[in-house]
Amino acid sequence: MKPIRLNTRQFIYTIAVSALLWGTAAHAQTALDDILKSKVLKVAVQTDSAPYGFVGTDLKPVGLDIDMANYIGKKLGVAVELVQVVSASRIPALQTKKADLVIATLGKNPEREKVIDFSSAYSPFFQAVFGPKTISVKSFADLAGKTVGVTRGAMEDQELAKVAPPSTDTKRFEDNNATIAAFTSGQVQFVALGASVAGNMMTKNPQLSCEYKLLLKDSPNFIGIAKGEDKLKAKVNEIIAEAKKSGELDAMAKKWLGRPAGDLPL
Amino acid sequence: MTIQLDFAAVFAEWPMLLTGVTWTLALTTASVLVGTLLGIACAWVRARGFGSALAPAWLAVPVGAYVEVIRNTPFIVQLFFIFFGLPAAGFRLSAESASFLAMVINLGAYATEIIRAGLEATPKGQLEAAQSLALNRWQIFTRVVLPPALKKVWPSMVSQIIIVMLGSSVCGQISTQELSYAADLIQSRNFRSFESFIVVGAMYLLLSIGIRLWLNWLGTNVLFGRR
Repeated sequence: MKPIRLNTRQFIYTIAVSALLWGTAAHAQTALDDILKSKVLKVAVQTDSAPYGFVGTDLKPVGLDIDMANYIGKKLGVAVELVQVVSASRIPALQTKKADLVIATLGKNPEREKVIDFSSAYSPFFQAVFGPKTISVKSFADLAGKTVGVTRGAMEDQELAKVAPPSTDTKRFEDNNATIAAFTSGQVQFVALGASVAGNMMTKNPQLSCEYKLLLKDSPNFIGIAKGEDKLKAKVNEIIAEAKKSGELDAMAKKWLGRPAGDLPL
Repeated sequence: MTIQLDFAAVFAEWPMLLTGVTWTLALTTASVLVGTLLGIACAWVRARGFGSALAPAWLAVPVGAYVEVIRNTPFIVQLFFIFFGLPAAGFRLSAESASFLAMVINLGAYATEIIRAGLEATPKGQLEAAQSLALNRWQIFTRVVLPPALKKVWPSMVSQIIIVMLGSSVCGQISTQELSYAADLIQSRNFRSFESFIVVGAMYLLLSIGIRLWLNWLGTNVLFGRR
């Protein structure tokens, strides 16, 4: 049998050259101009977080986030192209320029602010731990030794890591649907989810007799913009401020969440 | 804006990477040991052309069904079926056990066909010689047929073992903490996806090459002897 000979030098050269090419590919602040020129706004949306973004009866994405994307497209006078992402690929979609904007229940935190920029908030949201009525949970300490399912890379993941006791067994899944499947099939005892996603899960699965347990974080949604694209950010903020004034944001929140948008941070 | 590579941010999470490598290797080792035995047993049933030398014919149908079902469905579907599907039937496994079971079942099916090829390549004369020495079925299979068959197909087995090791990357989807789960978790924490996946890709490459060299060495020097 012949042993494999790996040409180490070739391998290292290939990696080094691609890294160099990557590193030198500089780009200027041209996102807004590019959008206006090509007449297409690429927006990353999720389809596993009803009622913000989900697949409608015609198999197309619908929801509050999609309405917001179309609203911004209309105000810019360009067509909107929806790019479907999952929770963990929202920020990479901006970094790799697959999308100009991320409108996908995106919360703001310092880790994310290091790599992307955020607009003003456009809709309300909160994250919490949900679980069966049969297990009593009064505080995070009661989660000791319990299994909690969470979507990897979502805000809930980071918030839970901060407050859960060390003996909590956190199981991380790829997207909200997998996290919900793990809970409904009994693979985890609790789930940490965004309120709307959990609400949807509870309506669809009344046999779980699942209830709200603990608040993780009140975190309104922001629109994600690639780092340094200040012109695009200013334009988006202008559109949001306008929509807030005209009552458009409240109307969207009422339509999808059953309550007004309320007081949103800038 | 220039994208700067920051590998330090990835290596700072080395405990996660270490856990990942440990789980990947542990799952692979365990599933290879059990899966190969399963493969030998099923190949024993499936091999034709030995007349009365091998297993009862009625076993061939369920074993054939098993091999075809597994070889014609994606690994991730098998894994999800075991982890998310079976609890509905009251059969609940942890993520790690489900990963192990899925890998054993998957490797078992492929190993069956690989080993069967080796079994069927046994020269008829060798079998007749064994029978004329009055060896019983068990002795013929374990001493005359199986060792040279395994030796013939060892390179294919090694390739399949590598494929299973790489395939274990899918197990992160059900929260088994193997290597690609570690990569995903790291990049979801620090958003260094480019660096995370390069590092983990290189780790998989080293693991594959290392395992292949070691298994090839093991095959020629320990398991089947030099020739």
